[in-house]
Amino acid sequence: MNAVTLQNISKSYQDVKAVRDVSFEVKKGELFGLIGADGAGKTSIFRILTTVLLADKGTATVAGFDVVKDYKAIRDRIGYMPGKFSLYQDLTIRENLEFFAAIFGTTIDENYELIKDIYDQIKPFSDRRAGKLSGGMKQKLALCCALIHKPEVLLLDEPTTGVDVVSRKEFWAMLKSLQEKGITILVSTPYMDEANLCERIALIQNGRIMSVDTPENIIKSFPVKLYAAKSDAIYKLLKDFRAAPVVDSCYAFGEFLHVTMKGNRETGSSELRDLAIERGHTHVVVQEITPGIEDSFIRLMNEKTEVSAHQ
Amino acid sequence: MEDNKAIVCKDLTKQFGDFYAVNKISFEVLKGEIFGFLGANGAGKTTAMRILCGLSFPSSGTATVAGFDVYKQQEKIKKSIGYMSQKFSLYENLTVLENIEFYGGVYGVSRKEIKTRSEELVQTLGLESEAKKLVGALPLGWKQKLAFSVAIFHKPQIVFLDEPTGGVDPVTRRQFWDMIYEAAATGITIFVTTHYMDEAEYCNRISVMVDGKVEALDSPANLKKEFNADSMDEVFYQLARGAKRSGD
Repeated sequence: MNAVTLQNISKSYQDVKAVRDVSFEVKKGELFGLIGADGAGKTSIFRILTTVLLADKGTATVAGFDVVKDYKAIRDRIGYMPGKFSLYQDLTIRENLEFFAAIFGTTIDENYELIKDIYDQIKPFSDRRAGKLSGGMKQKLALCCALIHKPEVLLLDEPTTGVDVVSRKEFWAMLKSLQEKGITILVSTPYMDEANLCERIALIQNGRIMSVDTPENIIKSFPVKLYAAKSDAIYKLLKDFRAAPVVDSCYAFGEFLHVTMKGNRETGSSELRDLAIERGHTHVVVQEITPGIEDSFIRLMNEKTEVSAHQ
Repeated sequence: MEDNKAIVCKDLTKQFGDFYAVNKISFEVLKGEIFGFLGANGAGKTTAMRILCGLSFPSSGTATVAGFDVYKQQEKIKKSIGYMSQKFSLYENLTVLENIEFYGGVYGVSRKEIKTRSEELVQTLGLESEAKKLVGALPLGWKQKLAFSVAIFHKPQIVFLDEPTGGVDPVTRRQFWDMIYEAAATGITIFVTTHYMDEAEYCNRISVMVDGKVEALDSPANLKKEFNADSMDEVFYQLARGAKRSGD
């Protein structure tokens, strides 16, 4: 059974087409990632699924209920953490939690098991006002409040944006353990490296879904060979490769450049190495590598741009 | 002071009551260098950056920026630097050209020069058809590229970039770094913070702040060697996981 379905959902704000004909499903118990940059349409999708925004076209269901007809049933069954911190700043941690428990007709004790691991980390500060908390603590409190009524589906809109690497790792560990307790999770992120932590992902850009699959399959479908290259003068190497007719794409990736070539070449590595040496580069390293999600995302983005340019 | 240093900090400290937001940090940034200023949330990066931009006085220690003293020459520092952040950089209710004119004017660029160079800039950015549109209507990636161009419009010696690529798509993120490289090649010193660890690799040298102190400072390659790590992500994780503070 599907916990979330979207069928041909579109939404525009005046001239801006925020969501264009989006369809995908999240299975029950799945940890599903919506991966894309700011302005890609992620938040509009969340607002439609949480029944606070009406789509212009298409249908959607959450926990088996229609987002328009059965919006009240959905609101009882979901936990929502918006991208912007939306708890009461002048209530304490404990007061916020009690408030959210009360409006969903439950108590903190009733579902304490579910939030225990997360709540324990902020409990020492339970009398502190939410407005005075650090970013990481706010994030944990917001997650507790979204969980307090034991939702079937958890909708998290960019929970890790602006958060440092350490807190991000902790947060994803929490999501995994919630998933193990049977909660379906739809989470959005602009960080491509977090895609690998999801079971399935949808890559979204300019309101359109570019691909929906497991991270492994998306990587497998990368259509050409990918090379990593570096030399002592990495920025010059980038420019030299981009100027070379045999090179199809070249992007900086950490300490390496990631390069694809035109046509199907067996000798790509040595061709690139020769090219670099010919241009006077020293300590040249070129090797064939397995692409990552970010490589796939960039490739899909460029393909879409080309398609729309030809229309 | 030595001529090839854009920033020199010695035991720089900022204390709020008994809380040491910045605790005796010392480092130097060379002219024309791309310097990555990393740290966990709440490590003290923003406080340190505010001092270096001439917006806040240190409690103790010394620092010079573009040769000017952070205690006595704040106004001279402000004229010598550019600044952009993810959160606020441009006026959304002004057009592209108006924003350029406004910032150029604030920094004392002559009217004539503003006119010729803003036309050039709009062309380089490929924003000809958007030049008279409100900045609020531009996609985020374009805003960030424009904000960076505006921050270096008055040809500052140093530009401070506070998480300039947050939330931007992967292609635009890389185009942005192309612009950073271009600027560095013209001699502008780049001081940049980021949460993307792959971007840390694009810097000549980086420092990592933990709980108010600079715990590591070197080139990415040397840091990876020192921490026996495959990526900067791992280096950062090893340094920052012991952090006691967390903040915004």
